[in-house]
Amino acid sequence: MDPAEPAGGALQRVAEDPRYHALVARRSRFSWTLTGVMLVVFFGYILAIAFRKDLLATPIGNHVTTWGIPVGLGVILVGIALTGIYVSRANREFDPLLQAIRKDAEQ
Amino acid sequence: MIAPFRMTRWAAVVSACCLPLPALADALTQETRQQAVNWPAILMFGAFVLCTLMITRWAAGKTRTTADFYTAGGGITGFQNGLAIAGDYMSAASFLGISAQIFADGYDGLIYSTGFLVGWPIILFLLAERLRNLGRYTFADVASFRFAQTPVRLFAALSTLAVVLFYLIAQMVGAGQLIKLLFGLPYSYAVVIVGVLMTLYVLFGGMIATTWVQIIKAVLLLGCATVMAFAVMASFGFSPDALFAKAVEVKTMLAGQAGADSASAAAKGRSIMGPGNFIKDPISAISFGMALMFGTAGLPHIMMRFFTVPDAKAARKSVLWATGWIGYFYLLTFIIGFGAIVMVATEPAFLDPLTGGLRGGSNMAALHLADAIGGNLFLGFVCAVAFATILAVVSGLTLAGASAVSHDLYASVLRKGQASSAEELRISRRTVLVLAAIAIVLGILFEKQNVAFMVSLAFALAASGNFPVLLLSVLWKGCTTRGVVWGGSLGLALALVLTVLSPTVWVTVLGNAEPVFPYSSPTLFSMPLAFFTIWIVSLLDRSGRAAVDRSGYPAQRIRSETGIGAAGASAH
Repeated sequence: MDPAEPAGGALQRVAEDPRYHALVARRSRFSWTLTGVMLVVFFGYILAIAFRKDLLATPIGNHVTTWGIPVGLGVILVGIALTGIYVSRANREFDPLLQAIRKDAEQ
Repeated sequence: MIAPFRMTRWAAVVSACCLPLPALADALTQETRQQAVNWPAILMFGAFVLCTLMITRWAAGKTRTTADFYTAGGGITGFQNGLAIAGDYMSAASFLGISAQIFADGYDGLIYSTGFLVGWPIILFLLAERLRNLGRYTFADVASFRFAQTPVRLFAALSTLAVVLFYLIAQMVGAGQLIKLLFGLPYSYAVVIVGVLMTLYVLFGGMIATTWVQIIKAVLLLGCATVMAFAVMASFGFSPDALFAKAVEVKTMLAGQAGADSASAAAKGRSIMGPGNFIKDPISAISFGMALMFGTAGLPHIMMRFFTVPDAKAARKSVLWATGWIGYFYLLTFIIGFGAIVMVATEPAFLDPLTGGLRGGSNMAALHLADAIGGNLFLGFVCAVAFATILAVVSGLTLAGASAVSHDLYASVLRKGQASSAEELRISRRTVLVLAAIAIVLGILFEKQNVAFMVSLAFALAASGNFPVLLLSVLWKGCTTRGVVWGGSLGLALALVLTVLSPTVWVTVLGNAEPVFPYSSPTLFSMPLAFFTIWIVSLLDRSGRAAVDRSGYPAQRIRSETGIGAAGASAH
């Protein structure tokens, strides 16, 4: 039903390419690690709110600003930073590998 | 344009402590009173409409095939798509609702913002590129890739329609309330205007027009919020601590005026700097966090956006842009909320002498702040942007709903993939008309109802049905047709039932004394149920179809990882 269905040959060649398996293994290890970091950071924050509200409500030094402010904004920044880390490694490392694999398979 | 900081007639101020707490998405759903007709706002909104209708006309000329209609032919760039995704996500509920939440309770608003943001990295790491590589128009393309088409597409289409409908009702009711408030027009006018304009965009301009409406609105909203946050920070010499200190002082003073003794007034003032009553018990906290995080990854109108870009690389880039813009936007709303405490809560002109609350309802915090900062003209501009926001979001939702009907139900289930592009397009356009009519009727019917739970319900449904189905069908070899249909359906059903039995519906809407299900979100229970059911049913599935499903995995896996065979951008 897909007009762009590829020849089985290309898929077969990719399946037999050791570089493909190495790429997929490395990339999924990387993305699951980042997913894990994001889950720990966010649910750590939620658990801190659920169990230790007082920690987040503690002022920083003599300021009015509490620890909750940098921590909460930090969760947002960690999210953006992890996204950036993933994209930069994907562009730098995974894309060229993938291009090479595809080029050899689709010729 | 920055008005001098006004701080007058303290005595006349009535406590902000008696303001009702805006709950999630309550933003849009409170009872509001009609205001005087606001001409600057109407004129500026008129200019926005004119501009978007011209874009729609241009887009209509380019919308010939189903690919153009559903996904703008895959010709949107990563940057544009990132802005459009941010536009889809920065609804009027986030702008007005979160700033109102911060205005009322301070810190608690930030918890929403983090929850809404953290779904994006998860989408990027696990789904975005694979979605682009496997699908063409709808998320059902991906979910049903190697499975029996009819049952999986039926499930996906029904779940899409459920999510879209709840989301749509909340937006329509919100639109009505907001316009009554902002423009001084009657509720039903507003609902009809939104319905008709949205129909024009989607019907003629399809995804191309919807995307550009989304982009323009995102730029306008980000611009407005930037100006407001900048003005607030400027009046405190760009010192966040000075802003917080003043906000605590204002809250303490208001609590004192409301009759609190000085110790409890000081405690009340300080309470805005830490988490408050928003999260009551750990179960609700985790459950709600899961709904926000994983629900984002299962919203059909969001997933559809990944098919509008040419390839997986652009899909990846769009998430980075979207996450950056959305994060920036939440930072701005945080400043705006605190700015409103200082500049709005102490200004009698913004308070309702009868109720002591904000004039026009508690969601007006950001709008009154716009007035305080830039006067009536800037207020009109921000109002017009808020309306444009609703319009853009409902367009995206309607397009997602229409594609589920025409692409999944009609072309795949009913016609078994034999329908021509022209036939499918015709059905899609008819569905847009039907959905718009339903949205208008429901929007008017639900005027007096409390629909605050509907957006949370949409997120819970997406997290409990679509997300488990997508994740396992893409990543688990052993997954079968029977598994995803059973697991997805049970997850949806449990999320729906538990929401009805929860405090927000069982007590607040239906008026019972005690909730049957005590927690505020069902996701902690319904999402694992979906995963578990998919796993156990697939494992025990010995049917002939299951063998076909499993044997289809290797080819699907290679395509999802490499993009070989994926549909590219259509030529224009």
